[in-house]
This record gives sequence, structure tokens and C-alpha cells, in this order.
Amino acid sequence: MKAALGDRVVDSFHKDDLWLRVRTDAWKSSMRTLRDTLGFHYFSFLSAIDWMPSPYGRGEDDPTEPPPVRDTTIRPGYAGGDTRMQVFARVGNPVSHVSVIVKVDVPDAQPTLDSIHDVYAGANWHERETHEMFGINFAGHPDLRNMYLPVDFEGHPLRKDYPLLARMIKPWPGIVDVEPLPGGSEGGDDE
Amino acid sequence: MSITDRVLGDRQRLAYIASQAADARLNVELETEGMTLNIGPQHPATHGTLRIIARLDGEQVVWAEPSCGYMHRGYEKLAEVRTYPQVTTLVNRIDWLGSFANEVPFILAAEKLMDVEAPARAQHIRTILFELSRIANVSLFLGDLGVQMGAITPVFFAFRDREYVLNLIEGATGGRFHPNFDRIGGLKDDLPKGWIAETKAVMKKLRTFCDQIEDLLFGNEIFQSRTRGIGVIPRDVALQYGLSGANLRASGVDWDLRRDHPLPMAWNKADWKVWTHPDGDSFARCWIRLQETREATKIVDQLIDTIPSGPIMAKVPKIIKVPEGEAWVSTENPLGEMGYYVVSRGELGPFRVKIRSASFNNISIAPWVLRGVYVPDIVTVLASLYFILGDIDR
Repeated sequence: MKAALGDRVVDSFHKDDLWLRVRTDAWKSSMRTLRDTLGFHYFSFLSAIDWMPSPYGRGEDDPTEPPPVRDTTIRPGYAGGDTRMQVFARVGNPVSHVSVIVKVDVPDAQPTLDSIHDVYAGANWHERETHEMFGINFAGHPDLRNMYLPVDFEGHPLRKDYPLLARMIKPWPGIVDVEPLPGGSEGGDDE
Repeated sequence: MSITDRVLGDRQRLAYIASQAADARLNVELETEGMTLNIGPQHPATHGTLRIIARLDGEQVVWAEPSCGYMHRGYEKLAEVRTYPQVTTLVNRIDWLGSFANEVPFILAAEKLMDVEAPARAQHIRTILFELSRIANVSLFLGDLGVQMGAITPVFFAFRDREYVLNLIEGATGGRFHPNFDRIGGLKDDLPKGWIAETKAVMKKLRTFCDQIEDLLFGNEIFQSRTRGIGVIPRDVALQYGLSGANLRASGVDWDLRRDHPLPMAWNKADWKVWTHPDGDSFARCWIRLQETREATKIVDQLIDTIPSGPIMAKVPKIIKVPEGEAWVSTENPLGEMGYYVVSRGELGPFRVKIRSASFNNISIAPWVLRGVYVPDIVTVLASLYFILGDIDR
């Protein structure tokens, strides 16, 4: 595999599964090589990761207290990475049943990547989903309409700096709505 | 779309030419104006709220596009603020007809990261429950299939016999639809008394049900003429769109994750067969599912005789913290390949969960496969692709 992809592979990692990280400018050509030369015809999925830890934690802060300071340093996962956003896809070989996870860095300044919908037709919808959830553009994609969200939706929900509003409005776990029990002197007990 | 064009069927090619012609004619002649047909969001053939926008030329579809998102619940975001044991409650609701099967890959991914393996007994019972949820799921598909073509009887048979399976699942787990029974390191409980004998009786009933459906539907001339040669998906296209499960095997790809990917489950302890079909049409997809239900009853029958003794929970800490790392586990769910990509940062909850659900890929081929079919066949083609809305939208 290394021989076929050459210097397009930046880093790789092996543990139960195989991870590859390819150069951003070689993303499409690497996928094409994987499909045509190495026989990875099966497209499993494509998505993205935002490696910046959420500044909101798990949304369990008490709104009456000042927000705690959180560590938001970016630490990449397997096969490394230099940018905050990474797109990753999994493709498989239907004959040998080998699969590989391919990662690629997305430039921070301008999150744009080549679309691979003409390499793997199934990537079309996955790129649409990634676009609306992470705000990553796919150059050459025919139709990057929103898949799930309303057209006038603002923001990219799966980015870590997008707060989960349900938890911002109401503290978690539910400690507000405890009504006193009828006849109880001390009110209800909250578990 | 060069690859797709290369393998376009003749009929689809003709339809494409017709669509071009229709566009060109529009300004010149008035009588063959294209028409846009909206199917859904509420339509009996869509198993939930999916809307399909189809552009027609006469009776032929020239362009079709499913419009999803009526049931998007944002599980990937929600999973980031939940602890690992809490996530199974969410993922139960993805494919609500085979809920237990949704829990298994997530739990397996968490176990993989923690380097924990469930005891043999738990693996066995997991596999049995997994196959039971497959039977519950696919038996409803087999019944529902008839309704799409005007046959009312099979659906009553399906609901009757699925109830036996749901009773079994309820007996073992306490929940008919959303068991939430799988735990990191094993299962919540052991099987109740008398469950094994009951399961054997039900499996016999389910095999009779499969025979009945085969007689009622698959031998039926109307059913055959409505499904054979319609909605053909060649092997290359199926792979490119990431079709999985029965849809992929109906296009002649011999790939079953239960057999080909070693997981700590008990499938390899039973003797069963992976069915494939060379045609890739609607009929093939339905037929594969029928055979798979039969195989699933066989797997359950064999495994239930050989449940090993021992504990059902491995030793795991009370408060589960998953070590840092990334893991991908996918299993062959009733609808196809269902996988979770779990990224952990050594905290109580996952850092990122990517849910790869089968229906999302299975329905993404709809714009391709619906091009060139006739209006009544939209329903049968979609039914044979078999999607569940919760599984598309997540």
C-alpha cells in the first residue's frame, strides 16, 4: 500500500485497524489510487473530527457560577495531524475484506477539500452532511445543500465550539424542576 | 459521474435522453411538460417521514431526490455530552425495529478501547439477542413488502409472528423495542427460566412464517412481475455507494461482516450460510432478506443449545473511564453495516462518535436507482432497499 501511495502518505498507524494520513493536496488522488490500484471499491463512510476540546465541557456547568477555564489545546489522534479539523473516510476491499481509515488535514484558514464524489459516488451525501455539520467546503461537489438542518440554520452543530443549547438553557442534570411533594415538609428529593 | 455513466443500464440511459429531450421540448411543445411529484413526508410507503421529490416525464421518473431530516435528532452531538453507559440509550433509537443490534457495535468499540472482553456466556447471549432483533426487524419488512404491492395478508402474518419474537426479547431484557440491555463488559442480566424452550418453539413458528411468506409473496406472479428486473443495481455501483447488508449481497458481493470480520461474538460457533444473488434487482434484495431470516433462526437454534456456563459480566470498574484512543467497530445489522467510530480522550464520555448507519448509504443510491423507473415502481424499489428513517437521520 505504501508503495502505491508513495510520498502522499504523511503518517500511518496500525492497531487492530489501519489508519493512514495523506497530504491535503493529494486527498483525491490518493482515494483514486486506493480504489483503482488497490481495489478498495467499497465506500463505508466519510466524516470529520474537530480536535479542539469543547470550551463548554459536557454542558454540566452551574449557570450561576462563573464558567470554569478549560484546556482547549488541540491534540490530534491516531496518525497525527496538524490542523484543528480532520476529514476521515473508510474504504474497504470487497474481495480481501481489508479496510482502511484515511485521514486528511483540513486547512484551518480556509476549510476546503477536494470532493471525492466522482471517485466514490456514495461520498456525495456524506460530504453534504459533513459540510453542514462542520462547515467544511468540498470543492467540486455538485450540490452542498443542507441535508438535515433548515436552510436558514446558522452555525455548524458538530464543531466543538458550537454549544449544545438544550444544556445551556437548563442546567443538567435536572435540578430546577423539583416541585415539593404534597404534604412533604422538606420538598421532593432530587436524585 | 463518469463511473456511474459507464454502468448505466439501457433503460436508465434512455430515461436520461428522454429527460434531456423533455427539457428541450418544453418551450416548443406544450403537451409533454415535465411534472414534479411530491411523495411524502407522510406516505405509507416511506416507513416514517421521508419525502421524495420526483420529476416525471409521463409515467417515467427522470430525476428523484429523497429529502431527509424530518427526524434528525443529533445523536452524534448528544453522545459527546453523555457518559459511555448513557450512549446506549440513545443508539437504541437509531434503528428502532432491531434496537439491540444497535447497542452491540458501540459496546464492542468501547470494550475494544478498554481492552475488556465480555465472558463467553455474554458473547453467546448477545449473539442470540442480536439475531432475534434481526428476525423481528426483517419479518416486519417481509410483511410490509406485500402492502406496497397491494397484498394485505402478509402484513398480518408478520405482525402476528413478530410479536412472538418481541415477547422473547421482552422476556430476556425487559424492553420490547428498546432493550438497553448491553453493558460494557457483558450484559445486564442472565436469561430467565424457561426462555430457552420458548425460543425454540418460536423459531419453529418463524420458519413456518418464512415458508408462508415465500408461498404468498415470492411465488406470486404479480409480486414477481413488480420486482424482477426493476431497480437493478450492478455490483460496482452498489460498492461505490456503500450499500451494505442484504442490498450488497443481492448485487452479488459475497461479504458478510458476521463471517468475514472476527469480532468477540459467537457467530463462528454456529453453522450457517451467507446468501448472495446475482441479479441485483428488487426481487433479489427481498429474497436475500427472506433467506437471512431463515439463517438467523438457525443461528439462534444452534447457539441456544451451546450457551456456555460462567459469568455474564467481566470485571469492569463501577465508573467507566475509557482510555485514550480511537476505535472502529461495525457489525452486520438487520439493515446492513452499522458502525461506530469512537474517539476517546480518557474521560467519562466519548470525545466524538461517528455513527455510520446502514440506511443512510442505502438510501443515498435512490437518486441513481430511481432514474428511469415508472411511478408505481418508486414504491417497490424503495421498499426493497429497506430503510428505517431513524437510521437515515440519526
